[in-house]
Amino acid sequence: MQRNAFAKLGLLIVAACCVALPTGSLNAESTLREVTQDVQRKIVKIYGAGGLRGLESYQSGSLISPEGHILTAWSYVLDSSVITIVLDDGRHFVAELSAADPRFGIALLKIDAQNLPYFNLDEGVSPQAGDRILSFSNLFGIAAGDEAASVLSGYVSAVTPLEARRSAFPSAYHGPVLIVDAIVNNPGAAGGVLTDQQGNFAGLLGKELRSSRNDIWLNYAIPIAQLREPIEDLLAGRSRPVVDPEMEKPLTPLTLKHAGLVLVPDVLDKTPPYVERVEKGSLAESAKLQPDDLILYADGTLIPSQKALIEKLSYMDRDDIVSLTVLRDGQLVELTLNELQ
Amino acid sequence: MHRVTPLLICLTLVSLPWLHAEAAEMDVVLKAEQARIDAVAKASASTISVFAGAAGGGSGVIISPDGYAVTNFHVADPAGNFMKCSMPEDGGKVYDAVIVGVDPVGDVAVIKLLGRDDFPAAEIVDSNSVQAGDWCFAVGNPFLLATDLQPTVTWGIVSGVHRYQYPAGTLLEYTDCIQTNAAINPGNSGGPLFNDKGQLIGINGRGSFEKRGRVNVGVGYAISINQVMNFLGYLKSGRIIDHATLGATVSTDTEGRVVVTNILSSSDAYRRGLRYGDEIVSFGNREITTVNGFKNILGIYPRGWSIPLSYRREGKRFDTVVRLAGVHSRRELLEKSGNAPIPPSPEESPAPKEGEEKEGDDKPSRPMKPPGHPGTEEAKPPEEWKHLHAEKTGYANYQFNEAHQQRLRKALDALGDWGQSGETWSMEYTLVDNDSGTIHIGPMTVEGKMAGVNHNLEMTGDLTQKLEPAGSGGLFLTLYTWKRLLKEKFETFGEVYYLGTAPRRDFDVQYDVLVGLYDALEIRAYFDQKTGQLMVLEMFPESDSDPCEIEFSDYRESDGYTLPHRMVVRFGDDPFDIVTIKKWTVAPKDNKPASEKGA
Repeated sequence: MQRNAFAKLGLLIVAACCVALPTGSLNAESTLREVTQDVQRKIVKIYGAGGLRGLESYQSGSLISPEGHILTAWSYVLDSSVITIVLDDGRHFVAELSAADPRFGIALLKIDAQNLPYFNLDEGVSPQAGDRILSFSNLFGIAAGDEAASVLSGYVSAVTPLEARRSAFPSAYHGPVLIVDAIVNNPGAAGGVLTDQQGNFAGLLGKELRSSRNDIWLNYAIPIAQLREPIEDLLAGRSRPVVDPEMEKPLTPLTLKHAGLVLVPDVLDKTPPYVERVEKGSLAESAKLQPDDLILYADGTLIPSQKALIEKLSYMDRDDIVSLTVLRDGQLVELTLNELQ
Repeated sequence: MHRVTPLLICLTLVSLPWLHAEAAEMDVVLKAEQARIDAVAKASASTISVFAGAAGGGSGVIISPDGYAVTNFHVADPAGNFMKCSMPEDGGKVYDAVIVGVDPVGDVAVIKLLGRDDFPAAEIVDSNSVQAGDWCFAVGNPFLLATDLQPTVTWGIVSGVHRYQYPAGTLLEYTDCIQTNAAINPGNSGGPLFNDKGQLIGINGRGSFEKRGRVNVGVGYAISINQVMNFLGYLKSGRIIDHATLGATVSTDTEGRVVVTNILSSSDAYRRGLRYGDEIVSFGNREITTVNGFKNILGIYPRGWSIPLSYRREGKRFDTVVRLAGVHSRRELLEKSGNAPIPPSPEESPAPKEGEEKEGDDKPSRPMKPPGHPGTEEAKPPEEWKHLHAEKTGYANYQFNEAHQQRLRKALDALGDWGQSGETWSMEYTLVDNDSGTIHIGPMTVEGKMAGVNHNLEMTGDLTQKLEPAGSGGLFLTLYTWKRLLKEKFETFGEVYYLGTAPRRDFDVQYDVLVGLYDALEIRAYFDQKTGQLMVLEMFPESDSDPCEIEFSDYRESDGYTLPHRMVVRFGDDPFDIVTIKKWTVAPKDNKPASEKGA
């Protein structure tokens, strides 16, 4: 019995060695060429708003489904009535902005096309400090038409939380990022892709940001591990609260207290926004909110937690009309706060 | 004990392949390391640092053992006619160099290192073989650090190929260039970009800069070595080189096709059939899908070259060969190149213009020059080499042009003592249809019968109208200029200069080309590069007309003169006729000097 187990272990190790052996003998150059060509086909050029001083009207994106879903960075470039996509083969499309998640600074675009080359995000990788990476983007808008996106090579220098700002505004995302030695975050690079040397998706190139500590321009990407869940939500049409981190908050923001709304104690990271009680004569009472209601949407955006609701309301004035969708006894109920009588 | 034995066997079995694997991997790593060391050593040997005294400096690369080296125009131009160049050999050596030729638009200059004929030259490869994802490295003199005469090596990847970078408020235009993230900084300008085998693929010279200052931000551009090699023959002529135009503009239509939006009726492209609205399919044997792709081709070939062009009209494809015209007038080029574009230095750099990221080249700024580096002495011509430079308007160094003229003159004179030939040359000929006759090429006349018509040309008045016989484009006039080129010295022919090397319709074969201006006529004489034999003469009666072309062959000796006995005559797209010469009479008539004596 014991002997058998050892033999099995030995066989396993030998097998593992055999698998590990051939990896060193790959032809590095031709592989890198092939990887580059393969990834370049999945990178798109995005043209939209901008064109003013220091504001380029272009950025990068990547195809994440064969049906034309494009992952990119959420930025002013998308703030345009017409967003043009140019594929690697030179084809032009007008894209629709299907959803965005400002917490991660990502947006999902959709074009009407089929059978496109795309990144399978399930095959995403998590490189660590010291690992080689490639970056793909149309930085500086160098490529046009069917010209291929640029590829840069480098290494992961660190994986660390992002502490950065754009102009005076702090970055909304504070999670871990891949810091790289290649200068990947240039004008137009936002929305581009960081991959490993096999071309697997490792991270999304964000907007140009400076470190809040020392003002140095950062070269970073948000790891795919952080993005999987929000991307799934975007693909499923579950939009996240669209809160612009650069949008200014009103002087007299709407608060739970002002609305006369008391939620269940906020004890979890993502405590669901269940109503505990409603104050007498309050806005919440006028809106016919009731205890045990679960607030699902505010102004059309998904509210996954109490924090999200408070954040969402903080961008609204006390007098703003707010539509709410709540779950009550298994039914969706539409309510309105501050409704005009 | 019994339990341990299988474990030991297992461990032994396991550790053996591991050791093997490690050794094999180690071997691969060591081999790769050695290959890289070899490539860097090989590449660095041919890399030079250019020291231009107070004007700064840059980098360059030696391309032939006789000392010809390539650098950027914006490095060589401020340096003047002579400069000091260092190479890393034996701990560092410094040589004098003289300017040879410049291409202000393409930002290329050729210089010649002096004092040796065994300079270590770079190995040149076809830069079209380079692809995105290839490893590459730059060698050069960034920030003019090479005070120890040893260059700096920066490693990276090819980020893109066939890139087009607009002229940035100056003449400089980077076409069909190689984009790399190997660090290209001020001072790398003019230096070489190598592939991972240490073979020369480009000349670094420009980068995309933005908010981070005028230092590398991951985007550098190298002029493809193929472009440099196309221009090399022109650059060695000592001239200031212009770039080419098709005489037509193109843009992308709504269906993404590249179509002609404007065309000059005086252009060669128009005469070859290209019209407004035609779709450009291929140019320079490369498929055209974008306007950038079209401009790339225009940028890599010099003016005067004939380039294959294919276009489509109403579904039908047309293939032709077009002759490229110049972009700038001579005066324009002189004015612009005389005032070399000097980009702002980081210290005085104004904020970039709106959305401007590709702003010009990365010439090292003057304040960057470290004090006391070699070459700070004023670059006055060293006595020893003074004779290697000659000033002339339109030339970077007329001395080199003169040398080529003398070489070709020698080749012509090897075929006969033309100066002693007779005043009138006579040729008895037959044509393809067996029509025959005699043409007499006199001192100021050409007369003879061809196709039943008597022609008598006087070389006076408006020559551009004397294009007999009809349909030949001016065969008699061309014969006259041919004889004049042979018989007269270049100084008395009119104006003669060496153009450089260029292909004809065949495109793959390069010729030495001599240009002659006589009256309003321009002739281009194409010489075989190896034998020095005159192969073709083109005579342009006007700058915007097709030439009459004569292809000479069947050279045979007759009375001490080696003369062509077969001439294929062409005009425009069509062959005119084939002239077979039965008898040449070019020697002076014996009785003539005698009768003169007697008189």
